[in-house]
Amino acid sequence: MWARLTVAAGLRAPRESLLRVTGAGCAGKFLRERRDFSTEAPLKKTPLFDFHRHHGGKMVDFAGWSMPVQYKDSHIASHTHTREHCSIFDVSHMLQTKIHGKDRVKFMESLVVADIAELKDNQGTLTLFTNEKGGIIDDLIVTKTDQGYLYVVSNAGCADKDSAHMKAKLAEYKAAGFDVDLEFIDEALVALQGPIMAQVLQAGLKGDLSKLTFMSSTLVTVFGIPDCRVTRCGYTGEDGVEISVPRSKVVELAEKLLSNSEVKLAGLGARDSLRLEAGLCLYGNDIDETTTPVEASLVWTIGKRRRQTKDFPGADIIIPQIKAKTARRRVGLVSTGPPVRQHTPILSPAGQVIGEVTSGCPSPCLRKNIAMGYVDAAFAKNGTAIQVEIRKKTVPATVTKMPFVPTNYYSG
Amino acid sequence: MAACGLFRSFSSNFSTFRSLLTRSALLSPQRPALRPHYGRTIASSSRLSEALKFTDKHEWVRVDDSGTGTVGISNFAQEALGDVVYCGLPEVGTQLAQQDEFGALESVKAASELYSPLTGEVVEVNTLLADNPGLVNKSCYKDGWLMKMTIANPAELDALMDEAAYEKYIRSIED
Repeated sequence: MWARLTVAAGLRAPRESLLRVTGAGCAGKFLRERRDFSTEAPLKKTPLFDFHRHHGGKMVDFAGWSMPVQYKDSHIASHTHTREHCSIFDVSHMLQTKIHGKDRVKFMESLVVADIAELKDNQGTLTLFTNEKGGIIDDLIVTKTDQGYLYVVSNAGCADKDSAHMKAKLAEYKAAGFDVDLEFIDEALVALQGPIMAQVLQAGLKGDLSKLTFMSSTLVTVFGIPDCRVTRCGYTGEDGVEISVPRSKVVELAEKLLSNSEVKLAGLGARDSLRLEAGLCLYGNDIDETTTPVEASLVWTIGKRRRQTKDFPGADIIIPQIKAKTARRRVGLVSTGPPVRQHTPILSPAGQVIGEVTSGCPSPCLRKNIAMGYVDAAFAKNGTAIQVEIRKKTVPATVTKMPFVPTNYYSG
Repeated sequence: MAACGLFRSFSSNFSTFRSLLTRSALLSPQRPALRPHYGRTIASSSRLSEALKFTDKHEWVRVDDSGTGTVGISNFAQEALGDVVYCGLPEVGTQLAQQDEFGALESVKAASELYSPLTGEVVEVNTLLADNPGLVNKSCYKDGWLMKMTIANPAELDALMDEAAYEKYIRSIED
């Protein structure tokens, strides 16, 4: 997917953080109950918590939130349902922020790599908070609304550091006399993802959903619920929306969506395998503060003007990397046989370690193993034969273009 | 970096469950490596019945009249693991000590290591699982068996849980 996006920056919707797949997380009930409450804060609950439980959600600890990893259907059934029909994901744990004030674009551009100024009204983009060393603090979506604010969605697992990061910059900007303000909003967020999304949602809209193209946003009434922000984006590779809705109304919205027999609930398990098939990064696995956008094959997120002005954090490290290349790069891998998981060593055909897998799972759609990871640049070309080491045995694998499963975004 | 800490703790929580599934606190005694070795010949007593015996890591073993043990995973384990998409099984002839890792079952979201319930030699693996790993989910006590092994030390069976004890054990985990 990244490869495709190098041609069309802004063509996607990403993120969500931290679903580690090393454990059989579906029995998260035990996880939660085995937490040491003497040292840990109780898990946070979204306004859909009871709704999840009522619908058979198996709840797990996800970045300090109690979230459904799956419901009654199996992981594969839920994954496939999303690709063929439509699923609801609760993503209310993500951090939603509004940035107000006439200097809001300048403020945001001081933190991220995107050209926010060039965005049209109600258009959004995937971007990155970077640090002075060129590392990625988080990935996020910024939408330039026509309501006088920027609407920002960033990862739940990074919420504390993201808000601190923005507040620190805010203090700096205010001291310098700029007009900007932050508002962390307490709305619920629900993603509706899958090829029949438009059909399902259109039934609850007055306006014409066909006018809302990928990465654009609108403030509308949805199934009678006013003040919903609908943004055509997601984390599955499918056509989809994320709906920011008042907390008090989110159960009503979920019930209305679910009343369509083709809509099912999906949890973090399906979300993770869907995003991996779509080639989308998981913050904390595939990108972090030690990876630069160039190493992460996310150069397309860096606005053209920003490459000239070089005025985002870490630009003096990141910009030269675009031409000079980096020693390692994030690539996709495909193999058969035993599944490839995070931390699996990647070897050259001669058996030398050339990198490590950052995310991997058996692909429910392709029935092959898919993974992403970082490799020495010499092995980064698509089609390169490499090996992975799984339980002390080497298995052949091939560097493969992402997305692994073609994306289905709605471009109008 | 606070969030990174959060992330680490999250991931370790996920592994907590994996530990639960595969290596939770030992209810059964430690491996009796130094116990006297009883030959298979004396293994025809009622002790080696067709009944299932379970480990605290959720493997089961059933001993047939010839004294061979068939090994699989419990219903609790297959439910926790979800759709099995790949079975990593040992080679015939592999010598295993009790609690040795002998393979892994993989679902889309997780890998779960398998531990030998007994000491012995692998004499057969379920080749049907190569093309149909989902048998582990569909029929974990029958068609979804994993391997057959000799039983070098029948006394090890005594330390495993019978069905009633295993059910009690599962309830203790769930509570």
